[in-house]
Amino acid sequence: MNGYAPSDGRNGDGRNHDWRRGGAAADGGELGMVVSGSLTDGVAVRLDAGVSVEDVKVGTLVSVQGSQTRFLGTLTGVELGSSDPTLASSPPDVSNPLVAEALAGTAAYGTITVEPTLALGVGGAQPAKTIPPHFARASAASEDDVALVFGEEGDGRFHIGNPMDMEAKLCLNIDELVKRSNGVFGKSGTGKTYLTRLLLIGILQRGEAANLIFDMHGEYGWRGSSEHMNEVKGLKQLFGSRVAVFSLDPESARRRGLQSDYDVRIGCDDIEPEDVAVIADEWNLSDVAVEATYTLERRFGGRWISALADLDAEGSNELARELNIPHSTLSALRNRLSRLRRFDFVVDGKGGSAVNEMLAYINDGRHVVLEFGRYGNDIGAYLLVANMLTRRVHKRYVELSERASGGAAERPRPLVITIEEAHKFLSPAIAKNTIFGSIAREMRKYNVTLLVVDQRPSGIDEEVMSQLGTKIACLLDNERDADAVLSGVSGSRKLRTALSRLESNRQALAFGHALPMPVVMQTREYGSAESYRELGFSDASELRARAERDTDLLFGAAPGRGG
Amino acid sequence: MNGGAGNSGAADALGGRVGEVVAASTTAFTAQCYRLYEAPALGRLVRCGEDAPTYGVVYDAATESVDPSRHAIPRGIDAATEADALAANPQLERLLHTRFSAVIVGHLDGGGAVMRRLPPYAPRMYAFVAECGDGELRDFCASLEFLPTLLAAPTAAQDEVAAAFLRHAAAAHPNPRDFLGGAGKELAAALAGQLPRVTAILGRLL
Repeated sequence: MNGYAPSDGRNGDGRNHDWRRGGAAADGGELGMVVSGSLTDGVAVRLDAGVSVEDVKVGTLVSVQGSQTRFLGTLTGVELGSSDPTLASSPPDVSNPLVAEALAGTAAYGTITVEPTLALGVGGAQPAKTIPPHFARASAASEDDVALVFGEEGDGRFHIGNPMDMEAKLCLNIDELVKRSNGVFGKSGTGKTYLTRLLLIGILQRGEAANLIFDMHGEYGWRGSSEHMNEVKGLKQLFGSRVAVFSLDPESARRRGLQSDYDVRIGCDDIEPEDVAVIADEWNLSDVAVEATYTLERRFGGRWISALADLDAEGSNELARELNIPHSTLSALRNRLSRLRRFDFVVDGKGGSAVNEMLAYINDGRHVVLEFGRYGNDIGAYLLVANMLTRRVHKRYVELSERASGGAAERPRPLVITIEEAHKFLSPAIAKNTIFGSIAREMRKYNVTLLVVDQRPSGIDEEVMSQLGTKIACLLDNERDADAVLSGVSGSRKLRTALSRLESNRQALAFGHALPMPVVMQTREYGSAESYRELGFSDASELRARAERDTDLLFGAAPGRGG
Repeated sequence: MNGGAGNSGAADALGGRVGEVVAASTTAFTAQCYRLYEAPALGRLVRCGEDAPTYGVVYDAATESVDPSRHAIPRGIDAATEADALAANPQLERLLHTRFSAVIVGHLDGGGAVMRRLPPYAPRMYAFVAECGDGELRDFCASLEFLPTLLAAPTAAQDEVAAAFLRHAAAAHPNPRDFLGGAGKELAAALAGQLPRVTAILGRLL
């Protein structure tokens, strides 16, 4: 008897020291252990020997289990390290496969930097005020972690996508979102419109806030297009009578076989100097010319544009002398404003009551999409109309809010105004003077907020950018744009790495008020029949069947349909 | 010195025993073989003792004169072959002996569990020493936490010993390449900062 009995591979202390542990980060498994770190720079996690740096991606959500607290953070950096200083100067001969295999993850290893953002405790997620200790185990965040932090779908939370490389649903708090102005950024073709459409659906479904959408390229109202599918459903198709489509170009709507709910007409006499100031840059109007518009309004009142247009050469000279405006300026102004005549939606005298109609729809619990039709490609027309209407809608909201604060009326329904090409409205030069700058700065004081959609955030006034509550950024490879989006955000340097490495489509970095922590996400699918069903919309046949059922209930079964 | 494989028949007749401990400490022991040249191969796992066996890895073996004052001298100047020379001098088998030394890498505790660390006591003198079979070797290698001890064996050729041990262990596994892959990682971790040593050992494994 030699005292030896075959064992089951366990050690004397009962723990299994099996070193043949494999596994990868991709399956939500373990990543490694915390080896150093600080609250300001995040913690360094040395990857386990079985985890390759190729399996980890910047922007992934990582959870770190401390001895008392579980931390959730974002993977912000990946590094290669080595335990032997000679590795770099005298690399080993890796033609022997055993050498390469043995050194990978041991003498030559990967390290990731994790920015712990939240501490998950019994009371939910709190901002992390400390970091996990040495040797804490880090693993890819689980679906439960995501659900705990971002909440479950429903009750004001809208499923906007999934955290990168995860199946878990990432939900935005729509109630928090609409409290402040928000921004969707990304260079052309990265999915801004796609994302905006989803956000709008989220806001519409929640039903707390009304939307006013200045739909430059006809992407939101009736139907939109996507990169992969020719056509996707617009808000009108999904929400039916809850969405009203206003049109600047009814002919275009008719050509597409559609009937707009209201055709917007802008009267020449409705245009005020402040409306012209916004398009000054676009129409190449000097500051002197813009000043002159105010002088003209004082002289002629609301009819100042018509009066200017009616002048002949002699009258123009006389007016210039009378008002002490350089003749060339007046002449240039007259020329530029004559462009208004090219817009079919601009009519002489007073226009329609687009603002009243809009407010009536909004008060009625509906949402308004203003389609620009062929004017969508004319940035001047877009700026003019969006600014004009918004100024007037905002004015009414201010009145209503003030009356509400005096106790005379209810506060108006929160309104979210969506504008594209936002840098044209919010550039540093004009942001302080335009209505959009005011709305962005005053936040929710008057229950009006913005959803700005833009591809050049660096062109937006810094103060406005800093007031945006939630920002969702698709790929931005221009450094200045990335800086602008991340300015004033804590840990922006690290988020920048994630931002610059987003995939060029359907991936975005979201952070701000409506999310407990910054997260890189894969936008949810939109455009397929299944995606509509997942969003809670029935297809046409289901709707028909439901309508028939409802009719039967109301009026009894129709003859010939049995019953 | 001779290979263990060639002597397996003789060892089997003795229940796998190859010799007895003639010098021991808590870190290493030396055994004398029952038969000349029948030491286990370099790097072999051996077990000594019966009640609480100790495990060692052979790091050195030597055949020398039984009487240290009498050195061996050449005998075959007139012989055509080595066998002829030995046949002409049958007394030589009695005048020489083979010894081998093993570095202690573990032991079995009272419950029969494998402890891959130094035993509390040195092996007893005259304890029987047997070469471990493949199954026992595989079980002992379920963890390689003893590698640092092996790499510090009291010989100038520790790396050769470790490489030889790992080759034997790999051969005892159904998938030697997998075993060596994992062992290589253990080795790299045990010899952190000594990259040339790691690569030299790894180069001797295949």
